[in-house]
This record gives sequence, structure tokens and C-alpha cells, in this order.
Amino acid sequence: MIPHLLSASDLDRDTATLVLDTAHGMASAMTGREVRKLPTLRGRTVVNLFFEDSTRTRVSFEAAAKRLSADVVTFSAKGSSVSKGESLKDTALTLQAMGADAVVVRHSASGAPHRLTGWLNGSVINAGDGTHEHPTQALLDAYTIRQRMGRLDGLRVTIVGDVLHSRVARSNVALLTTFGAEVTLVAPPTLLPVGVSAWPVKVSYDLDSVLPHTDVVMMLRVQRERMGDSFFPSAREYSRRYGLDVNRMGHLPSESIVMHPGPMIRGMEIAADVADSERSVIVDQVTNGVLVRMAVLYLMLSGEKGTMV
Amino acid sequence: MADAAHDQVGEVRPDRQILSPSDISRVIDRIAHQILEKTRGATDTVLLGIPTRGVPLATRLAERIATFEGLNIPHGALDVTLYRDDLRIRGARALGPTDVPVTGVDGRRVVLVDDVLYSGRTVRAALNALYDLGRPSQVQLAVLVDRGHRQLPIRADYVGKNIPTAASETVSVLLSEHDGVDAVRLSGGAT
Repeated sequence: MIPHLLSASDLDRDTATLVLDTAHGMASAMTGREVRKLPTLRGRTVVNLFFEDSTRTRVSFEAAAKRLSADVVTFSAKGSSVSKGESLKDTALTLQAMGADAVVVRHSASGAPHRLTGWLNGSVINAGDGTHEHPTQALLDAYTIRQRMGRLDGLRVTIVGDVLHSRVARSNVALLTTFGAEVTLVAPPTLLPVGVSAWPVKVSYDLDSVLPHTDVVMMLRVQRERMGDSFFPSAREYSRRYGLDVNRMGHLPSESIVMHPGPMIRGMEIAADVADSERSVIVDQVTNGVLVRMAVLYLMLSGEKGTMV
Repeated sequence: MADAAHDQVGEVRPDRQILSPSDISRVIDRIAHQILEKTRGATDTVLLGIPTRGVPLATRLAERIATFEGLNIPHGALDVTLYRDDLRIRGARALGPTDVPVTGVDGRRVVLVDDVLYSGRTVRAALNALYDLGRPSQVQLAVLVDRGHRQLPIRADYVGKNIPTAASETVSVLLSEHDGVDAVRLSGGAT
């Protein structure tokens, strides 16, 4: 394994496969048990360092660490010394002095986890940094796809929506192409990043023409909080052209699935009856998130300073 | 499962075959009979193999018991990797499958099955894993090979073959389910 998990592109295909297989092992180890806890990381400390709002990722990491018997310290920027003006570096040095074995960090600035690696001895796990990456989300998405479809290699995955601001999209593009999937990005031109032509993906502005050739469709949330100015005329127009409703879902091949990293805005990028349909694996994604994060923590924290065989 | 590797460097002595395929077959027959005898018919008994090679051994034992007594006893797999005491020293490793029969272990006699009994640490981990699953009425241990050098107060109830070894030697158990051939071999050690 690797000392830190900052980007999905840190993982080669063998390592990423090991993470997914380990997550599968965690699932089988956790089923039918009286004690829903494993002693593996007893005595290890995992710090959740959240400078940005999050429910599912923070809770998911916390649950994962606790199921492996690690001690969890949760630190959120609100109500901490950060609101008094403490810098990231000083926060990091404080954690270092407390002896954190792993720091799970979410920050609104891209690259913040990378900076932390220079100040901490423990492993740094990126839980989302600005518009850069969210590697464990990509891992849980890959796990969910593999669970449903049986493979990743050669699958056609379409990622729809606010690619510009989406760390989920960046991490997924990196990881899914590592696994040999064919990724297509669909978004209005204003919501695609500059330089997307250099990514190993196809790009389309027309959702209806892509859906019939899609095995997995991944809807992204429109990130209003990161938008300074307007990227499209109105929410209604966005929804009409890029939202997934029941009618559009009908154009998908019969076996294909619908994903969303959450939090979703029902009625905006995804219709409520699509999110609750048989094809939706959104709830599975949440369940699998805990398993994948258990796998990552196990692989990174076993052994001396997170080195793996 | 500790000694499955058979890629030893520096062949000091040639590999010695300890058990042939027919020997292994007879040993499994005997252990199946011993389990039936000692448990008075193997009622309320569950066989749990420790991955990797304990799992096919448990399956074979269950098949023999079915042949001898017409009794289908539940059998499965119990991975102990997450309970090992050397994860900190030796690092993470890939997990094996865990597949506990739907009957569970509560109130049942559990026979743990492994290929090689050596330090006893794997069995220690298996006992802890087992007690997180539930509360068995009794736990027994069946191994194909006991090679000695125990580091914990653990002994097997059913032993296929006792092999006195030096710590520098390696016991390799090969089973057709995983290795395409049945054999127990001893390699390495001083001349």
C-alpha cells in the first residue's frame, strides 16, 4: 500500500484491486456477527479533521475506524481554534503532538492534504480537498459498480453534471480508467474544466445521445456553494437538459445502474422517482463506503508506519 | 496456513515428501471417524476451516462424514487475518473469505480445521474471531500436520500426522483444490 492516499491516481490497478478485494473481505467478516467490531486497529488513533461540512464522509470514516477498534478523534473547524485564526500548520502540529496514526482530512483548499503530509508522521487520507480529489469516494463507487455489474474493465460509465467543481468526478475518472472502464463526461460547456481534452475521457454536451450507450450513469450535484457567478441560465433549464428523470432513465440499457455520490438535490440533477428506483444503487454506495474505508484504514495502518507487504 | 509457501531460497536438503495423495486421503478418513467417535455422531457440530487450506480440508471432512454416517454437517470458512497479532510487525495482508453457515455457532460444537499447527498463534486468532461470532458450546481443533514449536498453550484434538521439524524447515501442504495436487512436503533445514 501507499503511505498516504491523496489522489485516486496514487493507486495502480493492483493496489486498487487489493483495496476492493479487502473491502469485500470486510463485508464477509462483518456479516452475521454478534460483535460488530474487529480488533484489528486496537490502540491506533484516527483523527477526522474536517474543515468543510460533511455528514456522510465523516460519519462513514468514523464508523469504519470504530469497527476496526481504532480510537477516533473528530475535529471540525467550527468550534475549534481554527475559528480563532489558527493556521493549518499549527493545527497539524497539534495533532502530531497528540500522536495521530492517521489523519482523515477534508478541506476547501485543493492540496491541503498534500501540505499536511509534510508536517505529520502519520498517514494522511484525503476525504475531499476543494475541487481536486476525493479518492475514497471513487473507491466506493468502483466497489459498488463491481458488486452490481461483476466487472469494471470495458464498462461504459457516464458522469453527468458539474464536472468543473467536482472532486468526485476527478477521482472517478482517474480510478475508473485505471480499471479499464470507458468514461464519458456529459455537462454544459461552462461546467467542464479547461483542459478536459487532455483527460482520458470522451466529452459530450448531449445527455440523450449518450444514455443508450451507458452501463453506469453517475449524476453529480450542482455545487452552488462553489459557484461565484452563474454557469447556466436557470435551475429549470439545467434540469431539463442534464437532469435524470424517469423518461430519460428509460433510454438506458436494461441492465444499467444509476449512481449519485450524495448529497443529492432531488428534482435538480436527479428526479425523486429515479433516486428511489430499482436501478439506483445510491443506498448501496453509502453502505459500501464504510467497507471501503475500513479496507483503506486496515491496509494503511497495519505494519510499521503504514508500510505494506 | 503459516507454511503454505514453498519458495525457499538455498536448497540445503532436497524436498522430502511426508504424505502422498493416498496418505492424505486415509488421514482425512481417520480424522472424520475420530470426529464422529469423539463427538458421538457429530450432532450439533460445525466445521470451520481457516483460509487458505483449512477450508478445503473442512469441506473434505464434511464430505467423508456425510459418506460414513449420511449426516450433512454445516461447514464453512473463518478468516482470522484481522485478528492476527503480527499485523503491526508484518503489515497488512490480503483477507481470506469468511463464510459461516447460517446455523451460526451459538450453542454448537465448533471444530476448527487448519492445515499446519505450528506456533499456535493462528489458532489463538481463530478463537478470538470465533467468540466475536457467538458462543459455541465447545471448540475443538483438527489439523493435518502438527509440526511442534508451540508458542502458546494450544493443542489439537485431531492430528493427521506429527512431524518433528527444525524451525529452519518449511512444511508445505498442497491440496488439489488450490495447488492441483495433494502432498505434504518438508524442505530446507541443515544437512
